[in-house]
Amino acid sequence: MKLMRFADISLRYKIPLRVSALVLITALVVTGIMVLREYDESRRDLVAHAAGLGRVLADTLTAPMIHDDLWRAFEVIRSPQRQGNSSFETLAAETVVVLDQNLLVFVSTQPHRFPLGINPAQLGGDFAGILARLESDESPVQQLLEPAGSGAIYMVTPIIAEGVLLGRLVLGYSRQVFTPRLGNLAARAALVTLIALAVVLPLSAWWGRRLADPLVTLAAAMDQVAVELPDPDKLAPLSTGDEIGHLATAFRGMLADLHEKQRLEQQMLVSERLAAVGRISAGIAHEINNPLGGMLNALSTLRRHGALDAQTEKTASLLERGLSQIRDTVAALLVEAKVESHPLTPHDIEDIHILVGAAATKKNARLVWDNRVDAMLPLNSTLVRQILLNLLQNAVQAIEPGGIVNCHSYVDAGHLVIVVENDGAYIPEERLPFLFEPFATGRREGNGLGLWVTYQIVRKLDGGLDVDSRPGLTRFTIDLPLPETA
Amino acid sequence: MHRRRFLLSSCATAGLILAEKGAAMPAAAQREISIGLTPVFLDHQLEFLKQLRSYLSERLSAPVRFVQRGSYREIVDLIRVSKLDFAWLCGYPYVRFRREMRLLAVPLYFGNPLYQSYLIAASSDKTTTSLLDLHGKIFAYSDPDSNSGYLVPQYQLLRAGENPSTFFSRSFFTWGHRKIIEAVGVGLAQGGAVDGYVWDTLNLLHPELTATTRVVSRSPELGFPPFVARSDIPEPVFRRMQQVLLAMSQDTQGAHLLKTLNLDGFVPGSDALFSDIETMARVVGKARK
Repeated sequence: MKLMRFADISLRYKIPLRVSALVLITALVVTGIMVLREYDESRRDLVAHAAGLGRVLADTLTAPMIHDDLWRAFEVIRSPQRQGNSSFETLAAETVVVLDQNLLVFVSTQPHRFPLGINPAQLGGDFAGILARLESDESPVQQLLEPAGSGAIYMVTPIIAEGVLLGRLVLGYSRQVFTPRLGNLAARAALVTLIALAVVLPLSAWWGRRLADPLVTLAAAMDQVAVELPDPDKLAPLSTGDEIGHLATAFRGMLADLHEKQRLEQQMLVSERLAAVGRISAGIAHEINNPLGGMLNALSTLRRHGALDAQTEKTASLLERGLSQIRDTVAALLVEAKVESHPLTPHDIEDIHILVGAAATKKNARLVWDNRVDAMLPLNSTLVRQILLNLLQNAVQAIEPGGIVNCHSYVDAGHLVIVVENDGAYIPEERLPFLFEPFATGRREGNGLGLWVTYQIVRKLDGGLDVDSRPGLTRFTIDLPLPETA
Repeated sequence: MHRRRFLLSSCATAGLILAEKGAAMPAAAQREISIGLTPVFLDHQLEFLKQLRSYLSERLSAPVRFVQRGSYREIVDLIRVSKLDFAWLCGYPYVRFRREMRLLAVPLYFGNPLYQSYLIAASSDKTTTSLLDLHGKIFAYSDPDSNSGYLVPQYQLLRAGENPSTFFSRSFFTWGHRKIIEAVGVGLAQGGAVDGYVWDTLNLLHPELTATTRVVSRSPELGFPPFVARSDIPEPVFRRMQQVLLAMSQDTQGAHLLKTLNLDGFVPGSDALFSDIETMARVVGKARK
């Protein structure tokens, strides 16, 4: 199993983790500084204490040393350790050694470790260095010695009587006397850190969630893009003005653009297919039209020149009817843009009202007619009438008995706009791309060329065609540019 | 040293004045009775001393003052010049200055007015079996006027043909038996001579202290440190004090105090008790000359 890297963790967890790490680092740094300070302070206390104690003890030791009174000297150096004073207990000298004039052990608190009369340098360790220092420097001043690499510090105090150096008092303190104080401090700091974490963790979790949630939603939506474009309106609204808000807005814009692009692509696909179909059907129609004309001419000649028996007559009629149907179909496929016609008048449109009105009445439907065209328009009236007729016939067919068909026509900004609406069964979305293909009818009646022809005419007139179909409303909008009147 | 001499002379004068006053006003009931104490017993138990003082004061119908000093010598000197009425001394100074003091009573320890001197070593020291094993070591004496803590080991060394002043590499005085135990316990000295009665009593009261040492050998039984009176003590005072001590074991309060002292009572005693100490003192004294 592959280990998850920290970088891969969700922001929801990353933010609280980072906040916690920050708290911990801060706590560590602060504690470290405090421990260092405490150490310094403890050390200062200790040195001050050792200096004071050293002077007092050295003073007290003069009499026992002059009298060579071992026991009194021992009692003197032992006295600080016997004090029950707790503040001194932590500062109790670990080692107290009194050296005589020859730097030999006069007495110590640890007779086993420092046998009387020996040269403590023999013991090695810190004392070799201390003795070397004392031998080289005989000035009778109190000095603090910290042998390198030693765990102890030493306060050396001269024992002087009447200006004569009797010996030296060495107070040795282990640095470990600081440990309890520092340990206490560290424990307190740890407790405070824990409390701070207990407060900060839920807070940062909440905060992290607040910060991360919009991003997580955005990220999920982005992942979705590859599968299916999400609806930008369904994304949770973000009103923040920060980078996340910008990101969400930008993402929403991008989604909208993607939707638009997708729509255009689909439209283009449909247009291209329709264009291809148009080219093929036009080609086929031309190829059929030529022999068809010949065949019809031949039939006409046959009729004109010979009295035909009944059987032949019957066959000829059959042939003629069949060929006529083919010619009609081909003619329908071949939308002829160059049909000569007069310009469109409001009257032409009203004609269609009458034509369709009858069919509507038959179906008990309501035809709402709203024709606002009140002037002659420089458009081929035959073709426009054809469009209107096709669309209205389809609409009437689509509605249930008693349904409604609306027809609006008006001129707007140099365009003739025709809107035909009905409340019949709507066109399923999956059929829309094929709606304008020939023979793509969903109904039994009709040849399935109505919309195809409409589409071809609109294209020839450089117009636009828009279909909007949803339950309860199917709307065809035709938009034909009015040619510049030359 | 100067101080000491001065003290002696002033005490002598004071003693004379006191003696004269004592003669002029015999059996003054209200006269304060001074008793010198030495570390022949556990003289650091202040609470106990308070009880003992009030007991004696009640029985004697006179105020009692205890006098404690850093060494035997100071007490001995004080009683020799009659600055003190009574003192609890060691047998050694008693036999030396017998003519300058009167034997008052001798405590009974385990029913006898006898005790021993103990030679002690650190409990971690498993090899020392006698005083002679401590040659070249450091030795702790209690007091130059102590029998058990000085005279006995000195005598033993002389008897063994050793020179006490060179036998040990070093010796020192602690001026108290209890401190001998401490000095040997911490290792300041490898051996020490201690009052057996003090060691045993401490062993009962503070076993943690005596546990750091072990008894290497015990001396023959010797006369227990006696109570003495100044030589010119008025007879009624001497009698009264002696009666109080001898009767101490017979009342509950006295018995309780004796129990704390780890003693059984008192007997008048006799100089014969201290003849062994006298012999040793003579031998040691001669060797020193």
